[in-house]
Formats: sequence, C-alpha cells, structure tokens
Amino acid sequence: MPQESEDKGIKLVSATNIGVNKGGRWIFRYVDLDVYEGELVYVVGANGSGKTTCIKTVLGLIACDEGSVWHAAGLEIGYVPQRIAVSPTLPITVRRMMNLAGRFAAAQIEAALEAVGLERLGDPQITTLSGGEFQRLLLARALIHKPGLLVLDEPDQGVDLAGSDALLELINKIRHDLNCGVLMISHDLDRVMEPDSDVVVLIPHEHDDPLASYAAKPVNLACSSQT
Amino acid sequence: MLDDFFIRALLAGIGLAIVAGPLGCFIVWRRLAYFGETIAHSALLGVAFAILAELDLMIGIFAAASLVVVLVYMLERQELMPIDSLLGLLSHGALALGLLTLSFFPTFRIDLHGLLFGNILAVSKQDLLVIWLGGTIAIATLLWIWKPLVAATLNEELAAVSGLHPDRTKLIFGVLLAAVVAAAIKIVGVLLIVALLIIPAVTIRPFSASPESMAVRAAVTGLAAVVGGLYLSAQIDTPTGPSIVLIALLAFVLSRLALTMFRARKPQNP
Ligand SMILES: Nc1ncnc2c1ncn2[C@@H]1O[C@H](COP(=O)(O)OP(=O)(O)OP(=O)(O)O)[C@@H](O)[C@H]1O
Ligand SMILES: [Mg+2]
Repeated sequence: MPQESEDKGIKLVSATNIGVNKGGRWIFRYVDLDVYEGELVYVVGANGSGKTTCIKTVLGLIACDEGSVWHAAGLEIGYVPQRIAVSPTLPITVRRMMNLAGRFAAAQIEAALEAVGLERLGDPQITTLSGGEFQRLLLARALIHKPGLLVLDEPDQGVDLAGSDALLELINKIRHDLNCGVLMISHDLDRVMEPDSDVVVLIPHEHDDPLASYAAKPVNLACSSQT
Repeated sequence: MLDDFFIRALLAGIGLAIVAGPLGCFIVWRRLAYFGETIAHSALLGVAFAILAELDLMIGIFAAASLVVVLVYMLERQELMPIDSLLGLLSHGALALGLLTLSFFPTFRIDLHGLLFGNILAVSKQDLLVIWLGGTIAIATLLWIWKPLVAATLNEELAAVSGLHPDRTKLIFGVLLAAVVAAAIKIVGVLLIVALLIIPAVTIRPFSASPESMAVRAAVTGLAAVVGGLYLSAQIDTPTGPSIVLIALLAFVLSRLALTMFRARKPQNP
C-alpha cells in the first residue's frame, strides 16, 4: 500500500538496513533507501563497492541477507541493467524487442525509439547494434511501459558525450512527465551534486574509504553505508 | 491404415517433430544442450520405473525425466557447483542407475538396442494416441508460456523485473522437454534425441528473423528429417534414430552450402 509522507508524496520502494553476504563477505551492508514518486535518487560509489548488487536487491532480483525491501503494490518497474548478455542465436529485431514484455502499437514503439534517438535505425537484429545503441534500446524498452519507478545502472555508460547529456536530460524529462521515481547509479559526480536529488553513498569495505571526498561535498545525503 | 507399422512410425515421428522443433530452438538459444542430454539419459531409469510399476513406457519415462528436471531446478538454486558439473553428475548418475536396474530384468522384456537407437517396429496404436494427445497438450502449454519464455531467453533479470516469473517458466519448459524425450524414445532413441532437437534449429537459424518464424521452420525441417529418415530406415533396414539424424545433418550441410553460394554470388556493397 502506498504510504503518504507530508512533503514527498507517495513512497514507491523502501529498503531498510539491507545487506548482501556472499561467501562470508558482506558485499554491502547497512543501506537504507527510499524512493518517492517524482524523486531522483543516485547511488554512487567506487567500482566494486556493491552498487549493482544493491539495486538488484532493491529490485528483488537478489534476496537480502539482512534487512528488508518493500515495494508499493502494483508498482511497475523499468530496469536498465549495466550490462546484459543476450543470446547471439536468438533472432530478435529492435521493434520486436520493444514488445517482449507487453503489446504496444507501432506508434508507441516509434515514439519510444524516437525519445532515445533510435528512430532512424530501421529494424535490424539487436545483435548487430553497437554498445551505445543497445543501451538506448534498453532504455526505450523500459520507458514504453510508463513505469512508476525507473532503475538505471550507469545508463550513460558507453554512450557518447553529447548523447550522454541528452540521455540524462531525457531521463529527467521522463521523470517530470510520468512523475516516476528514478533510482540511478552514476559516476558523473557533477550531476549527482544537483540540488534536487538524493544520494546514497556506498563505501566498500576493503578500500581505505575512497569516497570520503564525495561525502564531504554539500549533498543531500539520504544515507550512507558504513563498515 | 494404422495397421501398417510404417504409417504408425511416420505419424508418431511427425507428432514428435512438431513439438521438438520449437523446443529445440530454445535449447539452441539458451545453450541447454547438456540439460537436454541429462533429461534424455534419465529415460532408461524411466523404463525401469514403467516395468516395475507396470505403467505405459512413455508415462514412466515422462515421470523419471520430470523428476530429473525438478532435481536440476532445485539443485541449481543451491549454487553448490557450476551447472555443467551438476548436469554431469545427474546425467550419468541417472544413466548408470537406469542401466543397472534394467540389467535385473530378463532381456526378452526389453529391447535395449531399440531404446537407445529407436525401432521402426515399436510404435503401437496406443503409443500414437499418447504421442498425439501429449503433443497437443505440449503445444498448448508452449503457446501459453511463449511470451515469458522468449523474454527470459533474452534476459532473465529483465523478465523478472517485468513480472514474468522466469523461474516458473523455465521449470515448465523442462517438463515439456521431458515429454519430448518420452515421445522420442521409440522413434529416435535415448542417445540421439538431442540431435533431433538441435540440428533442425541450427540448420534454419540463418534464415530466420524472429523467434516465431525460427520455431515454425525448425518444426518443418525436423518433420522432413523424420519422414526422410523413416523412409531410409524402411528401405535399407537401418535403426531409425541414426537414419533420421543423418538426414537432418544432410539438410544442415546443404543449407550451409546454399548459404555460401548465395553469399558468393551476391555483389559486394559499393
Ligand atoms: N554473486 C556474487 N558472489 C560473490 N561476489 C560477488 C557476487 N556479485 C558481486 N560480487 C562482488 O561484489 C562486489 C560488488 O559488485 P557490484 O557489481 O555490485 O559492484 P559495483 O559497485 O556495481 O561496481 P561497478 O562500478 O564496477 O559497476 C564485487 O567485488 C564483486 O566481485
Ligand atoms: Mg555495477
């Protein structure tokens, strides 16, 4: 059931004190994280600090070994993973891929592809796409469902610089248009510092706190993990 | 008409090929060949089941194969070892147990050669009924899980986030595969069933632009191989399984020759 909070609106997901342990080692731990509708929450941290594992736990793809995750009932989630391996032998075209988890009219598919700048691609097999094109296609696929929550794992990765700006602007536009929550992993600290976003910082255990400098900046720290 | 053994074998083979085509595509797409072998190797254990419980042979095989599918499904989640090691254990464990159990029965009750390589004379009218009834249920089930299965084949995590339950779909797919193995025992035999699943799909892959067209074409290719192989087997008195697989292989080689010739003749792009 969606929960109301005085200033932030409807809560979409909530993770309380979550942690994941693999082979006796905590990949991340002590993370609290809420996303409300229309809100942008960043997850930042060094390579290997457990960002991807953390959002997969929030998505419910990985069970947490500690703490709990709550989803609003009927929440539709759009997920753009950091990297996915697709079967090279599965014949699927770009447009067919858009219909993989639903059924959409050609015009809707056209609009979603146009939003990510793929409208002039035609309808090739997805295995022939470049890395950046494929990343955009994943975003288009997530958008077409008009999700209540968009979860993005380094969506600008592999996308060219101009494209990356456009992509993040697009994500922000979608957030305002759909009033959806966005949970995003990013290494682009300039953007993370923007005043209207919340930040979750993950601090890896085995490093000597390389993120102390992030935390020292004047950002709105939703929470941070400690070791 | 059904009194002719050749017609019975043909009808059974056609029913088998229609189901094997689409399922074989998923084996190719998801790299499940060894999973298929594991299920096939459990068939002899199923034969022992059937004799002991006095069940229909195919029902016994279906039961044993489904059991192995569920076992793989449960053990895979434990992440005890890499999946191919797990399949190796189960596959050869089931085969050894099956052969050992069968060795206790007098040889006149089982035609081991026929079970391994197929026997054109083995298909009874009751087998036909079971194959076509089971085949209809299998196709209906496949249509029902088609969308989530394709989505999970592309990527399981994306499918899970879209609420498509890839785990459940995978389990149902495994049970369908168990049904194909059961239906295939008399026509192709335990040792070559995976070939009938894989070769048609691989043959037709370069000529297919969507999962659906590939599935249909694989079924048609498999059907041609079964008909050709059974004809060959009847003509020169060879075991049916190897005959069918050789015809399928021939189709594969011809398709690749055609492909290279077509590519060579196509003018280079300016
Ligand atoms: N299933 C697993 N078993 C054991 N270790 C794992 C598992 N999954 C992830 N790890 C380890 O956990 C750490 C965090 O991985 P994760 O992918 O979450 O990092 P990340 O913060 O997303 O890194 P990057 O910035 O490179 O994307 C890594 O050291 C990784 O090797
Ligand atoms: Mg990551």
